[in-house]
Amino acid sequence: MPAPIRLRELIRTIRTARTQAEEREMIQKECAAIRSSFREEDNTYRCRNVAKLLYMHMLGYPAHFGQLECLKLIASQKFTDKRIGYLGAMLLLDERQDVHLLMTNCIKNDLNHSTQYVQGLALCTLGCMGSSEMCRDLAGEVEKLLKTSNSYLRKKAALCAVHVIRKVPELMEMFLPATKNLLNEKNHGVLHTSVVLLTEMCERSPDMLAHFRKNEKLVPQLVRILKNLIMSGYSPEHDVSGISDPFLQVRILRLLRILGRNDDDSSEAMNDILAQVATNTETSKNVGNAILYETVLTIMDIKSESGLRVLAINILGRFLLNNDKNIRYVALTSLLKTVQTDHNAVQRHRSTIVDCLKDLDVSIKRRAMELSFALVNGNNVRGMMKELLYFLDSCEPEFKADCASGIFLAAEKYAPSKRWHIDTIMRVLTTAGSYVRDDAVPNLIQLITNSVEMHAYTVQRLYKAILGDYSQQPLVQVASWCIGEYGDLLVSGQCEEEEPIQVTEDEVLDILESVLISNMSASVTRGYALTAIMKLSTRFTCTVNRIKKVVSIYGSSIDVELQQRAVEYNALFKKYDHMRPALLERMPVMEKVTTNGPTEIVQTNGETETAVLETKPPHSGLQPGSQANDLLDLLGGNDITPVIPTAPTSKPASAGGELLDLLGDLNLTGSPVSAPAPQISQPPFLLDGLSSQPLFNDIAAGIPSITAYNKNGLKIDFSFERSNTNPSVTVITIQASNSTELDMTDFVFQAAVPKVELLRATTVMGRGPAASTS
Amino acid sequence: MIKFFLMVNKQGQTRLSRYYEHIEIHKRTMLEAEVIKNCLSRSKDQCSFVEYKDFKLVYRQYAALFVVVGINETENEMAVYELIHNFVEVLDKYFSRVSELDVSFLLSESHLYISFWCIFQLIMELIAVNHTLEFTFDGNR
Repeated sequence: MPAPIRLRELIRTIRTARTQAEEREMIQKECAAIRSSFREEDNTYRCRNVAKLLYMHMLGYPAHFGQLECLKLIASQKFTDKRIGYLGAMLLLDERQDVHLLMTNCIKNDLNHSTQYVQGLALCTLGCMGSSEMCRDLAGEVEKLLKTSNSYLRKKAALCAVHVIRKVPELMEMFLPATKNLLNEKNHGVLHTSVVLLTEMCERSPDMLAHFRKNEKLVPQLVRILKNLIMSGYSPEHDVSGISDPFLQVRILRLLRILGRNDDDSSEAMNDILAQVATNTETSKNVGNAILYETVLTIMDIKSESGLRVLAINILGRFLLNNDKNIRYVALTSLLKTVQTDHNAVQRHRSTIVDCLKDLDVSIKRRAMELSFALVNGNNVRGMMKELLYFLDSCEPEFKADCASGIFLAAEKYAPSKRWHIDTIMRVLTTAGSYVRDDAVPNLIQLITNSVEMHAYTVQRLYKAILGDYSQQPLVQVASWCIGEYGDLLVSGQCEEEEPIQVTEDEVLDILESVLISNMSASVTRGYALTAIMKLSTRFTCTVNRIKKVVSIYGSSIDVELQQRAVEYNALFKKYDHMRPALLERMPVMEKVTTNGPTEIVQTNGETETAVLETKPPHSGLQPGSQANDLLDLLGGNDITPVIPTAPTSKPASAGGELLDLLGDLNLTGSPVSAPAPQISQPPFLLDGLSSQPLFNDIAAGIPSITAYNKNGLKIDFSFERSNTNPSVTVITIQASNSTELDMTDFVFQAAVPKVELLRATTVMGRGPAASTS
Repeated sequence: MIKFFLMVNKQGQTRLSRYYEHIEIHKRTMLEAEVIKNCLSRSKDQCSFVEYKDFKLVYRQYAALFVVVGINETENEMAVYELIHNFVEVLDKYFSRVSELDVSFLLSESHLYISFWCIFQLIMELIAVNHTLEFTFDGNR
């Protein structure tokens, strides 16, 4: 058998391959040769073969059959064999293969070898791919090597220890005594790896962290080392572009960060050195900037004094003005982290940040966008919004969704006026209409209903917006809804804010019909349009016949949803014409629903609520499914204000009946359904309320208190009030009174709320209702 | 933490790869192709840090070779950027004006470098450019 070719030959051959198929062929041939060579147990060339195998593995071809060969190489006595063997082990083996355990003995022997290079190889390999069993077995050896005076070995042992700790955290204490003098070394390699080891220990275990802070006086030692690094002159061994061992400096700064976090004493000890590093480091090269970056991160994280923080933010500001993209990116990232805590300081750099929005680089744009949203507040909202809307216009599609949601959130929190708010949302819908989230539509609708005086203006603007182009679904949905609601205002030309336009009823119906017919409209949008047309039958006077015709056409539509709506509307025209005006009345003002979570969640939960309610149609025979969306939106909205249903339980208690009556009268918010012993399943009270009464929320701020349970001498009263400080919180006080002669003991209060709610129970006064007391 | 260390040329051929996390072998090739596509599509004056999936890429171009390091968010990006440069400088010194071919032909040596540098995702030490290396090469080349 001819000697196997060398790795170089193989590489040369592969390079001559012109196609992927040729390359694969060559590799397969070579693999076959290697396999037969392995089978022959050829010691002399094994090393070469494994090297080739590693190359092929790097290119992406399977190489698992070489694993055992690597083991054989490791066991050999020649250094070159061992070297390739260990390399192969690091690349091909990991703890998933069973073979790796066979290495344990080899590594153990090699850790005690006379040559430091072999020991080094063994440490490297253990540190790369040691499994937890291997680590457990060999931890003792590693610890021994950590204490040697040979710096070559010591640094490798330190990193190996890091790996051992990661795999088997319980062994951390074993390495503690060895760390005592690690920082006294002169050799930078050892220093570096020791710092890494200490960092790992501190991160993993808070006990270790406390120990290092107090007993070991780690901070002063680190400060001393750092000072030496900065002060020492040029040292050719550790110099990188004029700065002495920047990697070590960065590592030390990171460890200082961990030590100083939430600890005043340590933070104080490092204030000086941080200031020194921040001012003395040269910023002309990237290296200096890297160190400054780490320093800034450290200053922000520890309990530093305010002067130092200002210094840090100024450094970041300087970074922002730098021409180098990398530095700007890094500055934006850090500012994002600090904007929560040092809001005012970051505001000073707002204009620069906003300029970064116009940068060409995608990474920078993303960071700038996130930071801009964090910086919006009541004062600068108009200016910022203008910039952000411009950004939305011109940015890449991947940003549009996030940007749109961000703008909505910010507008909601800080809108200076309703008109501005509506304008902003409309602008977003027209520019990025297809990227907005689904819940933007109900949000906007609610906003519009709430701003009563803007109805005419809104509907006029929306009408104009869809006249030209009705392809953006969310915009069309909102517009159809509004036209349906406020069509009469549109036709009568009552707008005060803007120049009123002259629109006839037919024109309005034209546009709605074209939405219905258009291929671009989604099914949901068509539903909106049909409902809008229906509503206009009460608002318009001369075109009722036309509306009837349209509605009857869609009674045979293929789309089931449209068909159902149309059929029900038809029925409304024919049989229930007397009810039509009442049913299609103008929507009442929806109370602004706030919960403890962000508003989006409210509305989507409202939607899911509506889905649930929609499945209970039998109660609402008269209820045309048409208004379902909108009415149930309303209900969904109402439902969210604090309700305390109990967890659904096995038996409906006798008190259930009373409660249902109660709730039928009460008509929604704050309808509590809890009782201590018998738990009651949540009744479908909403629908009871629906069929009997119009759904209005004349919900004044005060909610009448109710008697939840009054039986067998136990009376439970609920009284409600909205907290003055936080209107989204309702305080419910429960009073239980016992009118019998006996003591009631074991009074247990349980309450359950749906996920949107947050329930906080304060202490109970009084142990249990004693006789005839409350 | 460093997730991987790649040297890929402009045509997408991997000259050196070192993974510090277990990734299936066919996924590796896909990852490399995507990464290089990402880096190639960027222009010269754009940021060297790219956000890719749930980690960051720090890349640097040397002639026709891209050195790409994948890191997670605990790492200082600029320090890694310097590390890349340092690594290339060392290779340059060792191989006397290194070129892409040197890297691929002397693969095992390059690999061992990285092993000694970054054991398991951590930068071990700065091997100064002027300092002779402790590692002696002998035997079969």
